[in-house]
Amino acid sequence: MAHTATTPKGMTFGEAGCSLVFVAMAFLSIIIAAKAYTPEYAFHAYLYAAAFGVAAFKIVDRYYDRPNDLPPLTINGKPNYNMGPVKFATIAAVVWGIAGFTIGLLIALQLAFPALNFDTAWLSFGRMRPLHTSAVIFAFGGNVLIATSFYVVQRTCRARLVGDLAPWFVVLGYNFFIVIAGTGYLLGITQGKEYAEPEWYADLWLTVVWVTYFLVFLGTVMRRKEPHIYVANWFYLAFILTIAVLHLGNSATIPVSIFSPKSYIVWAGVQDAMVQWWYGHNAVGFFLTAGFLAIMYYFIPKRAERPVYSYRLSIIHFWALIFMYIWAGPHHLHYTALPDWAQTLGMTFSIMLWMPSWGGMINGLMTLSGAWDKLRTDPVLRLMVVSVAFYGMATFEGPLMSVKAVNSLSHYTDWTIGHVHSGALGWVAYISFGAIYCLAPWLWNKKELYSLKAVSWHFWISTLGIVLYISAMWVAGILQGLMWRAYTSLGFLE
Amino acid sequence: MLSTYQFLAGFAQTWGLVYFVAVFLVVLAYALSPSRKSRFDTAARMPLQED
Repeated sequence: MAHTATTPKGMTFGEAGCSLVFVAMAFLSIIIAAKAYTPEYAFHAYLYAAAFGVAAFKIVDRYYDRPNDLPPLTINGKPNYNMGPVKFATIAAVVWGIAGFTIGLLIALQLAFPALNFDTAWLSFGRMRPLHTSAVIFAFGGNVLIATSFYVVQRTCRARLVGDLAPWFVVLGYNFFIVIAGTGYLLGITQGKEYAEPEWYADLWLTVVWVTYFLVFLGTVMRRKEPHIYVANWFYLAFILTIAVLHLGNSATIPVSIFSPKSYIVWAGVQDAMVQWWYGHNAVGFFLTAGFLAIMYYFIPKRAERPVYSYRLSIIHFWALIFMYIWAGPHHLHYTALPDWAQTLGMTFSIMLWMPSWGGMINGLMTLSGAWDKLRTDPVLRLMVVSVAFYGMATFEGPLMSVKAVNSLSHYTDWTIGHVHSGALGWVAYISFGAIYCLAPWLWNKKELYSLKAVSWHFWISTLGIVLYISAMWVAGILQGLMWRAYTSLGFLE
Repeated sequence: MLSTYQFLAGFAQTWGLVYFVAVFLVVLAYALSPSRKSRFDTAARMPLQED
């Protein structure tokens, strides 16, 4: 510490403020833990206390270790990119991905071999299922989105990420939310909202993290050296902003007490159902679609070394997509207490969504024009192209299933789960695999991946798996739907 | 007297439609205007032109 003694060095406002607030929050968490109504909630409060304490310590520790000046925005006229948080989120995505897929396998096996819950509440299907969905969507997908968005926004704006602590706060704070959510499922803490199971105290934390994410992203866009905002950043921005609005609307709950994990939603009855699926379907539209389309618009041109096929089409399909997706939610509530007109509205917008969705798919696929031969040699590009093909298939199947007559057959059957996996596994996970395989050598300054041959094995094994999965679920789902129709209203076989 | 539903539905089916068509036309005009062609052609290459 010799250099600190000779030159003056001051804490930034962020360092001082964050460490103080974190220490205060750590004490508050300990008080809550001591007075918590349930042991599960006390456990979470202790986790919060530990996280806040470690974070405060790390900020001070980091302050003593860092040079007097914060990292410069540019070095020799070139942007000094901040890739630390991107690296962390990339590794986190891989780790959570493996965990999430494994839990998916476990719950699939539980359906055939129920004994695999080992007679424990923690490993029961009802708790493991949201653990699987959240792990793959929010832990794996979310970290991929944070990693790629922080990478792409810096590269296409030629600017360093805004903030010194803020990008780390986003990445670490988001992953802490995942830990709270995941352990909460195992312990049986849930607010019972699909894809939004974590309780109020996790929701509040996510809100703080997400607003910071939005500000870091927006601030970096505003700092850009390029006059034009690249289309991928539009998609990322739409994703971040809309998820914030959806999260606030859908998680508007009033806790029983600050010492209780339980909260009650402010919406009642069918309005609650409508808000839930307004959230749920737009989580599909903006988290699983807009965010990953942003990945498509950066990583496919980059890997294929071809410009975007039609930039004009990208603009038209962007605005069409975000204006239409927001109305499609009611198709999850066909033949329920939701008024008929709202059901029809959801169905109509879902069908119209086919056009912007296929606009995006065509734009992604045609970006390869002149570079199709690369598919033979580059398995990473192959992953991404098959991903876009799955996107086209899933966004054709989705509108089809939103038609009330089709939905009366497909809803509550395995067809739905098959559809979700062609979208979330075929499209989202494949474009993520492609992006991670691109990112890893770029981030760690390697010429190429460790083994392209292994990527090729990954590609063929998983493609075969998905195709078998989806076709099996079609057969199973349609059969289930037909069997339900074989009963009369009195429960007799027709 | 019109019910709230009839009023809202009537509004959505007329002005809502006009609004969506107008927004779509503005987007089309923005995306397709010949004056922006060169700018968009440059933008399409943005991922490829990095240091």
